[in-house]
Amino acid sequence: MAKIGSLEELRKLKDQVRNATELREKGHDIEKLIQVKVSMATCGIASGARETLADFMRLTREKGIENVVFTQTGCMGYCHSEPTVEVTKPGEEPVVFGNVKGERVREIVEKYILKGELVADIIPSAYRTINE
Amino acid sequence: MQQMINLNIDGKYVKVPKGSTILEAARKLGIDIPTLCHLNLEGTPMVNQAASCRICVVEVKGRRNLAPACATPVAEGMEVHTHTIRVLHARRMVLELLLSDHPKDCLSCAKSGNCELQDLAERFCFRENRFEGPDFSQSHYVKDVSPALIRDMDKCIMCRRCETMCNTVQTVGALSGIKRGFDAVVAPAFEMPLEESVCTFCGQCAAVCPTGALVERDYSWDVIEALADPDKVVVVQTAPAVRAALGEEFGFEPGTLVTGRMAAALRALGFDYVFDTDFAADLTIMEEGSEFLDRLTRHLQGDESVRLPILTSCCPAWVKFFEHQYPDMLDVPSTAKSPQQMFGAIAKSYFAEQLGVPREKLVVVSVMPCLAKKYEAGREEFSVDGNRDVDISITTRELGHLIKRANIDFANLADEDFDRPLGESTGAAVIFGATGGVIEAAVRSAAEWATGKPLESVDFTALRGLEGCRSAKVPVGDLTLHIGIAHGLGNARKLLDSIRKGEVEPFHAIEIMACPGGCIGGGGQPYHHGDMGIIKKRAEAIYREDADKPIRKSHENPYIKKLYEEYLGKPLGEKSHHLLHTHYFKRHKI
Amino acid sequence: MADVKMHILVCGGTGCMSSQSDKIVDSFHRCLKEQGLEEEVKVLTTGCFGFCEQGPIVKVAPDNTFYVKVTPEDAEEIVAEHVIKGRKVERLLFVDPETAEHVADSKHMEFYKKQMRVALRNCGFIDPENLGEYVARDGYLALAQVLESMTPQEVVDTVKKSGLRGRGGGGFPTGLKWEFASKYQDDQKYVICNADEGDPGAFMDRSILEGDPHSVVEAMAICGYAIGASKGMVYIRAEYPLAVSRLRKAIEDAREAGLLGDNILGSGFSFDIELRYGAGAFVCGEETALIRSLEGERGEPTSKPPFPAEKGFWGKPSNVNNVETFANIPVIFLKGADWFASIGTEKSKGTKVFALAGKVNNVGLVEVPMGTTLREVVFDIGGGIRGGKKFKAVQTGGPSGGCLTEKHLDTPIDFDNLIAAGSMMGSGGMIVLDEDNCMPSVAKFYLGFTVEESCGKCTPCRVGNKRMYELLDKITSGRGTEADLKLLRDLAATIKDTSLCGLGQTAPNPVLSTLDNFRDEYEAHVKERRCPSGSCKKLISFEILADKCKGCTLCARVCPAGAISGKVREPHVIDPEKCVKCGACKDACKFGAIIKK
Repeated sequence: MAKIGSLEELRKLKDQVRNATELREKGHDIEKLIQVKVSMATCGIASGARETLADFMRLTREKGIENVVFTQTGCMGYCHSEPTVEVTKPGEEPVVFGNVKGERVREIVEKYILKGELVADIIPSAYRTINE
Repeated sequence: MQQMINLNIDGKYVKVPKGSTILEAARKLGIDIPTLCHLNLEGTPMVNQAASCRICVVEVKGRRNLAPACATPVAEGMEVHTHTIRVLHARRMVLELLLSDHPKDCLSCAKSGNCELQDLAERFCFRENRFEGPDFSQSHYVKDVSPALIRDMDKCIMCRRCETMCNTVQTVGALSGIKRGFDAVVAPAFEMPLEESVCTFCGQCAAVCPTGALVERDYSWDVIEALADPDKVVVVQTAPAVRAALGEEFGFEPGTLVTGRMAAALRALGFDYVFDTDFAADLTIMEEGSEFLDRLTRHLQGDESVRLPILTSCCPAWVKFFEHQYPDMLDVPSTAKSPQQMFGAIAKSYFAEQLGVPREKLVVVSVMPCLAKKYEAGREEFSVDGNRDVDISITTRELGHLIKRANIDFANLADEDFDRPLGESTGAAVIFGATGGVIEAAVRSAAEWATGKPLESVDFTALRGLEGCRSAKVPVGDLTLHIGIAHGLGNARKLLDSIRKGEVEPFHAIEIMACPGGCIGGGGQPYHHGDMGIIKKRAEAIYREDADKPIRKSHENPYIKKLYEEYLGKPLGEKSHHLLHTHYFKRHKI
Repeated sequence: MADVKMHILVCGGTGCMSSQSDKIVDSFHRCLKEQGLEEEVKVLTTGCFGFCEQGPIVKVAPDNTFYVKVTPEDAEEIVAEHVIKGRKVERLLFVDPETAEHVADSKHMEFYKKQMRVALRNCGFIDPENLGEYVARDGYLALAQVLESMTPQEVVDTVKKSGLRGRGGGGFPTGLKWEFASKYQDDQKYVICNADEGDPGAFMDRSILEGDPHSVVEAMAICGYAIGASKGMVYIRAEYPLAVSRLRKAIEDAREAGLLGDNILGSGFSFDIELRYGAGAFVCGEETALIRSLEGERGEPTSKPPFPAEKGFWGKPSNVNNVETFANIPVIFLKGADWFASIGTEKSKGTKVFALAGKVNNVGLVEVPMGTTLREVVFDIGGGIRGGKKFKAVQTGGPSGGCLTEKHLDTPIDFDNLIAAGSMMGSGGMIVLDEDNCMPSVAKFYLGFTVEESCGKCTPCRVGNKRMYELLDKITSGRGTEADLKLLRDLAATIKDTSLCGLGQTAPNPVLSTLDNFRDEYEAHVKERRCPSGSCKKLISFEILADKCKGCTLCARVCPAGAISGKVREPHVIDPEKCVKCGACKDACKFGAIIKK
């Protein structure tokens, strides 16, 4: 990343990244992207988050789903249900699934990502954020 | 001007300089707050402020918990209470805890009677312990027995005095806290035996240990057995510093000289010949002084291979220190053996020949203020076919015990003299016991040799004192000698490092002693319990003895002259080289 | 197969389950089947919505309608009205107590949620290894604004005004700490981040460093500007490799972007951060011990005063804050000190992250505003006690804290209330205990930890805690006396009063608080030689009731010690000499013939 020289430059950078420059660089239309975030803190990784992420990538590739991006993120706080994955479909609310490993990955890809059908073990967002 | 702080302790007002501790302020008021881990050897870097024992806790108004008086700085308007029920309760419990983790073998402990923990138990009428504590009959720690020191970690109370001494003051770094919690003790790295560590056996850890966790290895029974052996001729030598401190073991005021009583007591103990290490000190000056003069002359003639400054080599802890810490400088110190070892070498050659006995029949006992001398006597290069030049080395404290055990009423003994020939000495030899003394003795002789003229005054007072690192310029004829002096190994390190970095004007000669104050503050002396005043008084006694001596220059000692005439030839000669000089070994750094 | 058009999400949290949410699910299934909609409309149970007092909760997606206090009977109406006709069922909507209006969209009910993420604001949202994602969520904006428009004193004042208190355990006002460090003049000062999280079961700081490392980097730079320090040190546990690598990357990226290093954002202010690794000694979380360890010495605390603000790292003025404290800093500048101070109680502002663990259904990392009650945390967020057992206590503050009981359940959680209740906030461990936990044994567990982790420097902590542990061992093995209970209390008081550092001073808390709150349990152990919760092995025994035993031999076969004997179809007996009290026989018996006494 280039040096940020001032508050102004920082603000500019913020606007750029907010517009998800990086995603656009991948050649996709941001509006149609499905975002899959895998919680990859130590606890998530210990529960198999790496395998879960690999399974997601493999399965979406197999199914020919191209408009999907994967990112890692930190702890979502749901130790009782690791690994946890948040899926955001275009124009929809993010959905967090718990205990996502093995067959559950296939279930989420086949039912939720492809057909919009929710599956079990949804963890509702139960907290306020600093912007509320 | 120094800022003063007003505070109130137990209802009394006191004004002390800013930065003082509650303990210092209380002492000013005559309030004797008990301490255990705390130790401040004033004028030296030996200030142990671990605040770990928690015996000195006091109540400070407005503070949530009790404060350690030894480490809590005073503050304006502070209100302190030193003996409320809360404090007494805590202090009793802390003492109970300490004792619950301490062997109850006072009867057989080397420190009994000198133990600060025992004193506290007595002071607080300790009668029973509510805590069971472990069974010490199966020791938790293996005793670490070295030739000079014994570490018994069952008795360690984690006051950390030894650690402060070894690391901060001596910069040896042999001892530090290891393990955690209840198992924490002070030990060499990886719990290796002291003998394999960088320990110099200076014994200063034992000098400040409040309990029996670090004590000297006691060889007094070996002395008793040797004296009882009809086949042996047993000779004894006593180091200069012993006479200035032995009296303390018998209740004499610190600084009382007991030279004559000591000689009488040794004779009463049954030694066949009562000699004096001072004789060997004079001999040391002959050799070391000549070596110095030789190096100096060659240096002045432009010989660049000469190593200056010359460093003294009388102190075995210092020798071991530079062998570990400055292995690249092994050719800098004088090659002269220490007085103890010169004595042993001469006794087992010259004197044994005079007596007509083989060296194996002669037992040389040394009485030293020092623990490192025990180690030095055992160094391999100081024996011939397995027969040591000095067979047994005991400390001032051990001699005290020997005298008491032999039913000798030391206080009422009439003064006696040392035997000839190895008992005759000069004032120059006596001052070996105090810091700066060796170099002053060397200057007295070297100056006369160099100029060929007698000195107007033999008192080089610029070389005396208790400052840790000091230097002085001494005019000798056309030349001005630049002399350095360090006592305490940390000061030695400081001086050597500043020389290495070229921060100081080059010295011609440097005297180094491992212990604070020199040998009078040695690890084998009667315990000073942190009172630097005692060490000062011993130094004064040493210089008094020097002033009273008829002969005050080593080269004028008639028996020394005789020794050279009859036996050695000349200083630095072949026989001297063989008997009185040594070499050094490179040793590991950790 | 028809596409799914609608989802009915029924809360499966413990609170809602106990209000028959399972029956609601059945009811929906039945109604949908009757209408032939089972393919188009899916019914799912979900995790807790965190809105338990209004439960059972039903959410209809995709329009996000939020129904509260739903009964199984309501399913029919929801299907008939909402699913088929698209009309919301008014009477089941949440009524906003302030406006008295029905609120349909869950989005508008945020305020009623128990958790609030301030320190964890970015955890689980951003890619922690992507500086851009942090910047996109206002990252480094606080630093930039501070550098552009505030004086160091104004920065200190803002932190003071926010009311933020140290999250590492002590709860000391952060602004005041910064002010102290700012007042001492020296050629070099240090900002130190304490990332030596060590309470058993606590992982708040690790999660922040793994999920949002830049927030800590940014906060340290702000602190450096405030106190006049150009160097920052992070003392981090080497056992946190992921946190270490993410933090290291964050520092490198920040440096590359000019957000660390010389002349940050053209302000003339320079600041950089170094990492130092701790070997996992609990005591190194104590700031003076941490500083010793940073210097390469044995990690042992030293007497305070002097405080690190005066003489810290290498004897220079230093400010030590923990990770969570730092994570709060940027928000204070972004949202304002007043905003921050509006959250929480009078003397404890903001939120606190807890690692909720133990006998609770939803173990996890939770962040709640100060002032939330224990009941809300344990029952609403934590979903209540596992296996429907009875709640007994909550241990907070780890080995330095104490146990809070039923009577404290409605106490608002803040620094001062927890101390008044005999515990402390600590760094945020929260362990829930149920009826099966023996309280003297719980105290012994924590003491065991302290005994292990004491540095051994001062007498009360080194020897006292060991003796305290021995007394607890004596009590829990049925050898204790009433005199031991008194001695235990006296000893605890002395250790608290005389120990050198916080570790020792707080080590007796688990003992004192259980002695205070569960005196009867201690007395049962020493007077009756009985463990009321039946967990002290030396005080329990197993017995076979002859009239219930069928002689099936199963118990004898599972017994690992061969302590059970008897003929087939005849009552068996347990040899108490051989019995190891593992309870395997009791678990195996199909006839309830084995009892624990």
